[in-house]
Amino acid sequence: MADVETKFGQVDPETGLKPMVINLGPQHPATHGVLRVRVALDGEQIRACEPVIGYLHTGIEKNCEDLTFNQAITLTDRMDYLSPLTNNFGYVLGVEKLLGVEVPKRCQYIRVLFAELSRIASHLVWLGTSAMDMGAMSPFFYTMQQRELILDMIEMSAGARMNPSYFRVGGLLNDLPPGFMEKLDAFVKGFPHWIDEYYRLLDRNPIWVERLKGTAPISAEDALDYGWTGPLLRACGVARDLRKTNPYSSYEDFEFDVPTETAGDVYARYHVRMREMRESLRIVRQILDGMPEGDWHVDNWKIYPPNKMEIGRNMEALIYHFKLFTEGIRVPAGEVYSAVEGPKGEIGYFIVSDGSGKPYRVRVRGPSFYNIAALPVLVQDQILADVVAAIGSIDIVLGEVDR
Amino acid sequence: MNDILEALLGTFGDRVEVSESLGQTVVRVAAAEIVSVITFLKSRGFNMLIDLTAVDHLGREPRFDVVYQLYHLDLRAYLRLKVQVGGDEPSVPSVAHVFASANWAERECYDMFGVVFRGHPDLKRILMPDGWKGHPLRKDYPLTGLDPLPPLVHE
Repeated sequence: MADVETKFGQVDPETGLKPMVINLGPQHPATHGVLRVRVALDGEQIRACEPVIGYLHTGIEKNCEDLTFNQAITLTDRMDYLSPLTNNFGYVLGVEKLLGVEVPKRCQYIRVLFAELSRIASHLVWLGTSAMDMGAMSPFFYTMQQRELILDMIEMSAGARMNPSYFRVGGLLNDLPPGFMEKLDAFVKGFPHWIDEYYRLLDRNPIWVERLKGTAPISAEDALDYGWTGPLLRACGVARDLRKTNPYSSYEDFEFDVPTETAGDVYARYHVRMREMRESLRIVRQILDGMPEGDWHVDNWKIYPPNKMEIGRNMEALIYHFKLFTEGIRVPAGEVYSAVEGPKGEIGYFIVSDGSGKPYRVRVRGPSFYNIAALPVLVQDQILADVVAAIGSIDIVLGEVDR
Repeated sequence: MNDILEALLGTFGDRVEVSESLGQTVVRVAAAEIVSVITFLKSRGFNMLIDLTAVDHLGREPRFDVVYQLYHLDLRAYLRLKVQVGGDEPSVPSVAHVFASANWAERECYDMFGVVFRGHPDLKRILMPDGWKGHPLRKDYPLTGLDPLPPLVHE
């Protein structure tokens, strides 16, 4: 927008006054990370707005080119650090598509299970922090408490809470540990009560409702134009959910609805995400009841390493193991675009392989990058305090915006 | 999907080339035609520009592939457009006036690859600091960076 600078310096013809330019961030609790937002104000009304990003740029796409296909998974964790497993998901699906393999049913179900748990965890962080932005302190503690249960389950299986790298090309790090299903069962039984509790805390709170209704609206046309995906687009009435429209990893096996709203404002986004948590829980419940037995990784030593016992007994296994960890998986030359429905929208990976053990190019389409680009449209002619509400409702993670 | 591709071939003839890669449709387009092709596809229902990026094939001429991912909301289908650009100052016409999502994506692509998008309303760096030397995602840009310290820019 070349007219951004002119807007920032535009003199009001009636009063002869220039707008006041205010900087939000880069370090500000309401910007959810290192985001800087320049706003030009006329009184309290926003005349121009420009998000400035790049403060958290860590060169993840560049670094991926220097790592083997499996090592690069660790970097995908660090983009959307609130739901690392959905990031792993899109990447491993892309590499598997290049390899032309499909993982066994059990593995697909475990992946879906963790993707849905991550979605709930991510939405809980969004709910807690955006409510805190609006001045409601207590939901944060209740949401964090439930999120901790999900992180416990991730830690149980992957060994880490925040950067698990649990999904691997051709499988998982390991099978579900003993006692996992009992823990999952307890969570599934307990969580519906907490969703009701969040509704009780917020939905009958007149401040919350008044503050959110009609704030920072966007039309479906604009949302599509800006490449919005995920709950934000569904809050504008477009029922685009990759789990339904372009199913992957056995999503077609599960029954769930895609919640939509039509208003396109902050309140609609709040409702879409709240209902999505219930739908995710529905999927988790179906997995809990019908988890298939069997293999949880592909049986191919060129892709997934042989197990440790085998290496001790079998010379062949030792060689494959050594080759896999020194050279990486040999992925046939080609290119693929692989996308999954993350908590914030479409996480897409455009992976180019030149036939070696390292990716030639990994492009990450972070949903937050495209979502935050529309912030100027959301807050145009609204009041300054609504910028905070708008940023909270977009649910950005700057690790993913800047990569 | 097929009738859109046929219409595309009918309108643009041999200036576009349709192929398939791992079940995904890829259309190669000449750089000069990209705006009209994208406008044409948008009018046929490809109403989302999901992503825009580039790939540096160092040693090949033309050196860069600029890659566009489009999505058809009703057909639920993806389409990938590829444009080859090269030369000392690689450039391609901007599509930011067709899709708003291209605005930031083209800025990032310019920042990372040095591909200039002609007609972009505000083509400046987006992730790297203003005044940065080089374009980090080019294959001849070292992983450790060119400068030991980034230059400090005062506004």
